[in-house]
Formats: sequence, C-alpha cells, structure tokens
Amino acid sequence: MAKARIKVPSSAKKGEIFEIKTLMSHNMETGRRKDKKTGELIPRKIINKFECVYNGKTVFSADFHPSISANPYLAFSCRATESGKLEFRWTEDGGAVTSETKEIQVS
Amino acid sequence: MSDTVSNVAILDRRQVLTAAGAVAVAGFVMGPGFAFAKPEDAAARVKEATGGAAVKEGRITIQLPQIAENGNTVPVTVSVESPMSDADFVKVAHIFVDGNPTPDVASFHFSPMSGKADFSTRIRLAKTQNVIVVAQMSDGSFFTASQQIKVTIGGCGG
Repeated sequence: MAKARIKVPSSAKKGEIFEIKTLMSHNMETGRRKDKKTGELIPRKIINKFECVYNGKTVFSADFHPSISANPYLAFSCRATESGKLEFRWTEDGGAVTSETKEIQVS
Repeated sequence: MSDTVSNVAILDRRQVLTAAGAVAVAGFVMGPGFAFAKPEDAAARVKEATGGAAVKEGRITIQLPQIAENGNTVPVTVSVESPMSDADFVKVAHIFVDGNPTPDVASFHFSPMSGKADFSTRIRLAKTQNVIVVAQMSDGSFFTASQQIKVTIGGCGG
C-alpha cells in the first residue's frame, strides 16, 4: 500500500473535539472490473478496515465495502483527553496492514 | 368452447411476449452477468443490521450533492445527533444503497471518545438511487434516514 496523508492538530485543549482527516492512496479494486486485454475479471482488493487508536483505545473504526471510492478519504471527530499517540491502521484484503502514528499535545 | 380456448391461447402468448420483453430490457440495461442489487436487497440488509427491531426516522443528517456527475467519487457527510457521553452514544452507523451491485457501502463504529458522531467519506454510485443510513445507539435503539441522489455517469466500472 502506498502512503497515507493524515491531518491532525498538533495540540488541543482538554475536552476539545477536533477533526481528523485521512486520505489513503489505494485503487480499491472492486472485483467487478475486467482486464481490457485478457477479458478476465481483476480480483477484488480493497482496504476493508480502518481504525483510529488513541493511546491504546479504539476511538473510531470503519468497515469498507467495494462501494467506497478509490483513495479512501475519511473525516471524523475525536475528543482530546490526554497527550499521546494517535495510531491509524488500514487493513487490506489479504491482511496487509499499513499504519501511521501522529502525536498530539493536550493542555 | 373453441372461443374460450383461443382466448386463453392469446393471453398466454401475450404473457410470454411481455416476459420476454422484460428480460430483454433488463439484459440491455444491466449488461450480461452484471446484476444490480434491488431495493429489496437494501431493505433486507437494513433488517439484518437492526435485527428486526423498530427503526425510527430522524436524528440523522445526510449531506449529499443533488446530482453527482461522476458516480466514481461522490462526497457524503453524515452526522447523528447524540450527546456522545459514556451513557449515551452512537455505536455504529451503516451506509446502504439500493442501486449498486451490493447494498453494503460501509459501517462506522464510534465510541464516547469520538466526541461527535459524524463522518465524511466518498462513495461509488452506479446509478440514480437512494442512500440509506442506519444508526444504532448505545441503548440499542435504531434511527434511519435516506436521501435520493441522481447520478449522471455511473461509477462501478462495469
């Protein structure tokens, strides 16, 4: 899987609700497209799961089906509770996982 | 007596022709081997997701363009009204559609730490259809909302 782009504020006040935006480059092959040369179906390969883990606790997760567009984009909210790490995990069909971590300072 | 018999024969022929016509039209619209989910399939998935529990309208706002020129990437924003406290929060929100090859689009799982039960993403839509959101609250109740969207060019790469 290719690179992910993540937008998280570097600092937040305790209790504040902030927005997280993620964009993962992935062609999200639906399994319904045919190879133009051979006429054979291209097997399905999509990111089927996304998770956001804040200091070890899962804040938000999503299950994707082929109807999610290529380069899956997600924006969601999170409440600032303590300084620490936000981990983002994308799981592809077949089990490959890409993860990224961002730090946040909560005052 | 012979009259009745011929009437029956005509009716039969008519029915056969109508049926054949319907199949031909369906085949032309959908293309060979490429079946779209029917609205009933989406309704069945909604029923499965709710376990047959009562589903109330409201508390959900769906933001979609009225017309999507490109069905490959249609922005959708959903927000569910909820205090998002430890005692009362939105557990999960599902998106279903009734005109894609499969009704499932995505499920989003929240926690009290989410702060707000809202999300934005981009979806593929094969044709003009309804987008249905079903949300389950932490107390087990269900809410739903749906919106129709017109799609100019479908996005399921057939």
